[in-house]
Amino acid sequence: MAKTKKTETGTGTGTEQPVRKGSLFEYAPAPESPAAAGEIATGYGHFIGGEFVDSSGSEALKTVNPATEQVLAEFAQGTGEDVDRAVAAARKAFADWSALPGSERAKYLFRIARIIQERSRELAVLESIDNGKPIRETRDVDLPLVAAHFFYYAGWADKLDFAGYGPNPRPLGVAAQVIPWNFPLLMLAWKVAPALATGNTVVLKPAETTPLTALRFAEICRQAGLPKGVVNIVTGDGRTGAALTAHPDVNKVAFTGSTPVGRAIAKQLAGTRKKLSLELGGKAANIVFDDAPLDQAVEGIVNGIFFNQGHVCCAGSRLLVQESVQDELLDALKRRMGTLRVGDPLDKNTDVGAINSAEQLARITELAAAGEQEGAERWAPECELPGAGYWFRPTLFTGVSQAHRIAREEIFGPVLSVLTFRTPAEAVEKANNTPYGLSAGIWTEKGSRILWMANRLRAGVVWANTFNKFDPTSPFGGYKESGYGREGGRHGLEAYLDV
Amino acid sequence: MSESGTAQRIDVFKTYKLYVGGKFPRSESGRVYEVTDSKGQWLANAPLGTRKDARDAVLAARAAVKGWSGTTAYNRGQVLYRVAEMLQGRREQFAAEVAAAEGVGARKAAALVDAAIDRWIWYAGWTDKVAQVAGGANPVAGPFFNLSTPEPTGVVGVLAPRAGTGFSLLGLVSVIAPAIATGNTVVVAAAEQAPLPALSLGEVLATSDVPGGVVNLLSGRTADLAPTLASHQDVNALDLAGAIDPDGPGAAAALEASAADTLKRVVRPAADPSAEDWTAAPGTGRLLSFLETKTVWHPMGI
Repeated sequence: MAKTKKTETGTGTGTEQPVRKGSLFEYAPAPESPAAAGEIATGYGHFIGGEFVDSSGSEALKTVNPATEQVLAEFAQGTGEDVDRAVAAARKAFADWSALPGSERAKYLFRIARIIQERSRELAVLESIDNGKPIRETRDVDLPLVAAHFFYYAGWADKLDFAGYGPNPRPLGVAAQVIPWNFPLLMLAWKVAPALATGNTVVLKPAETTPLTALRFAEICRQAGLPKGVVNIVTGDGRTGAALTAHPDVNKVAFTGSTPVGRAIAKQLAGTRKKLSLELGGKAANIVFDDAPLDQAVEGIVNGIFFNQGHVCCAGSRLLVQESVQDELLDALKRRMGTLRVGDPLDKNTDVGAINSAEQLARITELAAAGEQEGAERWAPECELPGAGYWFRPTLFTGVSQAHRIAREEIFGPVLSVLTFRTPAEAVEKANNTPYGLSAGIWTEKGSRILWMANRLRAGVVWANTFNKFDPTSPFGGYKESGYGREGGRHGLEAYLDV
Repeated sequence: MSESGTAQRIDVFKTYKLYVGGKFPRSESGRVYEVTDSKGQWLANAPLGTRKDARDAVLAARAAVKGWSGTTAYNRGQVLYRVAEMLQGRREQFAAEVAAAEGVGARKAAALVDAAIDRWIWYAGWTDKVAQVAGGANPVAGPFFNLSTPEPTGVVGVLAPRAGTGFSLLGLVSVIAPAIATGNTVVVAAAEQAPLPALSLGEVLATSDVPGGVVNLLSGRTADLAPTLASHQDVNALDLAGAIDPDGPGAAAALEASAADTLKRVVRPAADPSAEDWTAAPGTGRLLSFLETKTVWHPMGI
């Protein structure tokens, strides 16, 4: 973060900006050492059959540090042949792995969980470098949850008879898993842990902008002594993913990503016997009533939309605020947004890191511009952004109507659209007015209103007086076009069992 | 036998009608098609339901979701049990229709009707248990109350079974009852070649406290009705039990691909539908297929 450039002043309301520079709460930089990420090789192949192997093709992709735009490593663009090899390795391993007593499979998962804990600093730093998210989040949220998922599903491996799917539920076979770039290791854990616990073998394709921690996870599988071929990792972009999900010898496809890609995969699998689970987009409503504890609500709103730069499928990207407290809430929210620290992901004080890729930054920029063009009022706190890398200031739109693109489309960035309502019924109507149905938030002191609202919201996860909480024991997944199937909890086993 | 001697009594034929929104409309097409028994003998004319009929039925089903899903589980259970009671009263009629539809003997047909009655009762008992079996409290690592509850998906499009032992009534009940037990509403495309038990079931439902629109029964060309249901923006899930044509517009693969546009939940047909035995214990597969899991987080503290 050598040089900085001044960005344009926030437009809109004309509210006085809190001056941060030189204020009482200015922090000195607290950088984490990039060296803690361990050695990053200049080039990576795939992890197939327990070995790191070269791709059959010659095409390589580059992964960059989105905070600096520096190339971190080259990695292989997986070919159809690579996918064939990986699926064959997983198929070969399936017989023994599925026949292993659950209690023994559990031990491997427990080992993996422990090694992740041991190496969590290394993994957190590597994740921040490759993804651009703040070290505070990888260290305190991602990695603890990754380990927790392996611990949780390890305990299921020898208890599947008691999971409620009948006696002796069977694994499906080879699971093809395609995961996104917003939580690279966490999404890996959500997919790999239940698949292995239930006796499946996997071929996983990480996102093309964030392959490094998955490849590091392959090393952990080796340290854990996991039988060869049980976990295979093939890198590449959407072409590799399509080859994997279309492969005739996979029995299960699990995908987390955008709704258009999920739809394409559902089409691709039509008429096959492959089991499919999809975790897709969202446009969550975060609903604040006039009796809500406003300071807590403001924290929840900030956490809901600015956590992980808003690269969260369940992000609370639509703020529905009761008209009577709109002004008070927005003033407090703007004050709070003015204190968000945007910048170096490896600085432990950073709240909002880098946008994951130039492509994503362009998409966010385009949608935010559409918000202005369609007449919404844009506001962002004044803050300095690093000169290199991909950055977007935490942004707020007021005067948003339900027809605006920024109220309908998933932006997947730090952009919050504010709408208002008068009655609970209107809040429900507006909250449900979207093809998505992944999550929602309710802020009110009134318990009966929470339960009334929760009943009516068409969303898979409803956070009341909190937001963006995750836990391996808690099922997560969407209604409507946010996809089908659940990950986490007892419910998460169903996606990997023949039931 | 007749006291009066010579003249034989002429049977009163039945005009079969669709069952949509709790009413019995004739098809929008104003047309019918011939239904024959398994030996090719004419049985009746069935209404030739159209794509418009299917869309009307989806409207009716959507309108009924709020009321039906909002009914207490206890009440839904009693309504389903009431269906069994009404079906019991018409046992002989259905036995005759099933015998004609499936080409089985009278005794076998009666047994299939009995099984269909029992199946309603089985699902009647599920309505107030499924939330306990499929939901529950999640012990998250933090001061939160965290509860998962199953909720109905919404409107389910159903292609009634067209093959397998007991398909015409028992199979039909086996796909309708689990969907509505949990609070969904359904639009059913009856088996094209054997729709009469389905159309008669509408008469049972109409007299058994099932609110209008919860179950909608259509007869007609599967090639018209199935793609309409599969592509409809306001249908949330699709049961392809009867999508057994190898190709064409009624084929499972094409319908599933069409359903992908709206990411409908899809239950695929059995690998070998003709070998399906609808008398076998149904399990909870269909019951759980048309549910969403909602998880609510709430902080705990003082």
